[in-house]
Amino acid sequence: MTREARRQFLRGAVQAVGLLAWIMALILGSIVGTVRTTPSKWAVRIGNGYVELFRNIPLLVQMYVWYFVIPEFLPGPIGSYIKSMPNEPFVTAVICLGFFTSARVAEQVRAGINSLPRGQSMAGTAMGLTPTQTYMKVILPQAFRIIIPPMTSEFLNVIKNSSVALYIGVMELTAQARSMQEFSFQVFEAFSAATLLYVAINVIVLNLMRFIENRTRVPGLIAVGGAKIAGH
Amino acid sequence: MFGNFDFDVIARTWKYLFFTGMTFTVELTLMAMVGGIIFGTILALGRLSHFKWLSMICATYVNGIRSVPLVLVIFWFYFLVPYIGAWVIGSPTPIPVGAFTSSLVTFILFEAAYYCEIMRAGIQSISRGQVMAGQALGMTYFQNMGHIVLPQAFRNMIPILLTQTIVLFQDVSLVSILSITDFVGAARKIAERDGRQAEMYLFVGIVYFVICLSLSMLVKQLQRRVAIVR
Repeated sequence: MTREARRQFLRGAVQAVGLLAWIMALILGSIVGTVRTTPSKWAVRIGNGYVELFRNIPLLVQMYVWYFVIPEFLPGPIGSYIKSMPNEPFVTAVICLGFFTSARVAEQVRAGINSLPRGQSMAGTAMGLTPTQTYMKVILPQAFRIIIPPMTSEFLNVIKNSSVALYIGVMELTAQARSMQEFSFQVFEAFSAATLLYVAINVIVLNLMRFIENRTRVPGLIAVGGAKIAGH
Repeated sequence: MFGNFDFDVIARTWKYLFFTGMTFTVELTLMAMVGGIIFGTILALGRLSHFKWLSMICATYVNGIRSVPLVLVIFWFYFLVPYIGAWVIGSPTPIPVGAFTSSLVTFILFEAAYYCEIMRAGIQSISRGQVMAGQALGMTYFQNMGHIVLPQAFRNMIPILLTQTIVLFQDVSLVSILSITDFVGAARKIAERDGRQAEMYLFVGIVYFVICLSLSMLVKQLQRRVAIVR
């Protein structure tokens, strides 16, 4: 690998589509997941619809929809502004991946909340806490600690899924390897480097999360699994 | 809202989309599912084996595959396999591998890692007593697995295996990057030819949503039906 190629490669790696999308997914997913456990029937229905919408369309097709379809629906000036943004593919990829992942995070958050004994929220009510206080002070702090293991694999998924952004032109890890190949014809090196980088990220994240998991374990609970979601 | 939309393009091309594109997607999904479940079950048996080296090899394979993105694996196969093949048999030119074969092999090898984890969970959920009873009856390892453990594990895991297959069905869309005419690939060809991306991709999204949602609702129903009361 030449120096220029290596620099290009690193530049691609730090274009952290995955990381930004993860932050978005955490926030959105936590809200939607929490809403799905409230007693309000309508809120639950909307939350379920949200999750089904983003889980039943392939990520690639969602990328296309965000890139080609959504700007058409926006009112004229906003749509054309978005289309003319210099880093539009990047923004689109982050938003798309963020929404896609948020549906999966929501499923995990809901599973985490539902795995708590019902007595927890009852005790909160008995103490005179409002529903919001019960969620903020009793339920969510426990639920978030319980779902750390499944969230780790979701985090790894979002990093892996960021490679799909390739299709709409974000120069990201996989894409970078591909453009290098066209540039230098060093097929094997470029692909091996991208693959190794993904494996390395995986190993680092897994170990880091294991450490966090040990530090934040809820005393008295054996590990509770998250929602069983098939996926990549 | 739909002012600039021209849905005529779908009316004109739906036959091509479904008969050429969707057929490919469904064929690839079903074949990869069968291949993936078989190979995945073998991997699961390997991971649970008492032979340390065997379980280590299988675990490394599964974890390795699970840590790389599917897109990368598709590339690996499509671009590198011809070269590796040429290197193996000492041919000076890369060996051409057909698009369907290449993607089928990719998906079987890739999905097997995920099916393996599901089958492993299924096998481990069978109570020890079942295995012991089989052994007490004088069954060999393979009789025990084939007649007692795997049928139960498979039955317990059918809903999750099917859910994974829905994910696989969605993932097949990724082969369109190799200019293969799966459902998305076919849609993209027409969209680019006619300059009608917005209508086409909206339509593709809706079709996928309807199919996957109905399938997952079926799976949910099945789950209620096969659930074993313990």
